[in-house]
Amino acid sequence: MSDDGDDIILSELDDAELVEQMMDDLYDGLKEEIEEGVNILLGRGWAPYRILTEALVGGMTIVGKDFRDGILFVPEVLLAAGAMKAGMSILKPLLAETGAPTIGRMVIGTVKGDIHDIGQNLVTMMMEGAGFEVKNIGINNPVESYIEAIHEFDADILGMSALLTTTMPYMKVVIDTMKEQGIRDDFIVLVGGAPLNEEFGRAIGADAYCRDAAVAVETAKEFIARKHNQASA
Amino acid sequence: MATMDEVVSKFPGTANATPVEEDLRNSGLSGSGQGSVLLIACGALAHEILALRDANCWTHLDLRCLPALLHNHPEKIAGAVREAVLAARADYAQIFVVYADCGTGGALDRVCADLGVARIAGPHCYAFFDGVDRFIARDEIDAFYLTDFLTRQFDAFVIRPLGLDRHPELRDAYFGHYRTLVYLAQTDDPSLDIKAREAAERLGLSFERRATGYGELASQLGDWAAASAANAD
Repeated sequence: MSDDGDDIILSELDDAELVEQMMDDLYDGLKEEIEEGVNILLGRGWAPYRILTEALVGGMTIVGKDFRDGILFVPEVLLAAGAMKAGMSILKPLLAETGAPTIGRMVIGTVKGDIHDIGQNLVTMMMEGAGFEVKNIGINNPVESYIEAIHEFDADILGMSALLTTTMPYMKVVIDTMKEQGIRDDFIVLVGGAPLNEEFGRAIGADAYCRDAAVAVETAKEFIARKHNQASA
Repeated sequence: MATMDEVVSKFPGTANATPVEEDLRNSGLSGSGQGSVLLIACGALAHEILALRDANCWTHLDLRCLPALLHNHPEKIAGAVREAVLAARADYAQIFVVYADCGTGGALDRVCADLGVARIAGPHCYAFFDGVDRFIARDEIDAFYLTDFLTRQFDAFVIRPLGLDRHPELRDAYFGHYRTLVYLAQTDDPSLDIKAREAAERLGLSFERRATGYGELASQLGDWAAASAANAD
């Protein structure tokens, strides 16, 4: 995004300029600059949650949009995610101390037979950035692992990910098992992964297919709000 | 079945007709216009198909290849095959598709059924080289496969698209959960063995060479060649 060769002294920028610069640095995957920016804003008295949402999530949302539009590709998204992760690792303990708002709780994992977790790691990070508590149960999960995790973690949402056309049908196994156990409607089920589409999500009985991490966040917020509205009606 | 060297020595003209790898990768291969039966194939299979055709004197088979780079964009394969079949249909008595499912999630099967053409069985070319039943039974979820073509084209199909030439630090984000690089060798070529082993080292994986020869590609093409020759009589 920024390609001028001039060295920018982050500490000399005012708050608005610094946030804008951090968004640029995040876009360019500059981990150290993001860490420095986060520490500067903390030093200026910014609340951790504000830094997270305005600088990091704001920047990562631009990355997500450009990925969707074919301007950025997976390597660049991974670098940006690495930079955001570095910033979040400074903020996470502080967020816990300051009692940042929690929107909902999610368990996410890649299905049995599948070892790809780039997508679900991005979703985890963006969901955490948006105020969700997320338990990422990793790769190659059989149905038992999902069900155990959603109970243990008292989840609102179950997220399932798959990269392979040969593994994505396993999502239906998980949903069907939830139905058999009479717990399907207790959870919001979101699915995602490169070979999936909306039609597949509907066919297996998921609540929604999310084409990328930003959509997953928006969809999760929408379903949680709906759930709260139903509960208060 | 004959090796590539045997084919070249038996049919000296074949050496000159060997397609250029860069063309196979980016633009595919035009048919010669000779023969009553057309094989529409992935560019990554061109050398093997031509070797089998020439070794077995299947002179009634013509070969047209789509760009091998579609391997990295499986969502485009079904549409590209549909176009190729429709474009060639008037010029040939019969058309066969030499693509496995290749990550199309059944989309290619729907196109083939719609157009009334057969395709080679299996989820990937890895499967039909190894033997589909054996490949599925192995259930190697943490194996990363290379064929002869993909070994020769490792940089173009793996390193550059994943940005590992510019950002080698991303390697573990992509391959951290893989354990072994399995080189499915169609031919006995020590230089490819070295390249495949180097590829494994570069990805931080253990290495296994598995001599498959042409596997079920040979038997399937043989069946199609015989059936189409019988139809013509």
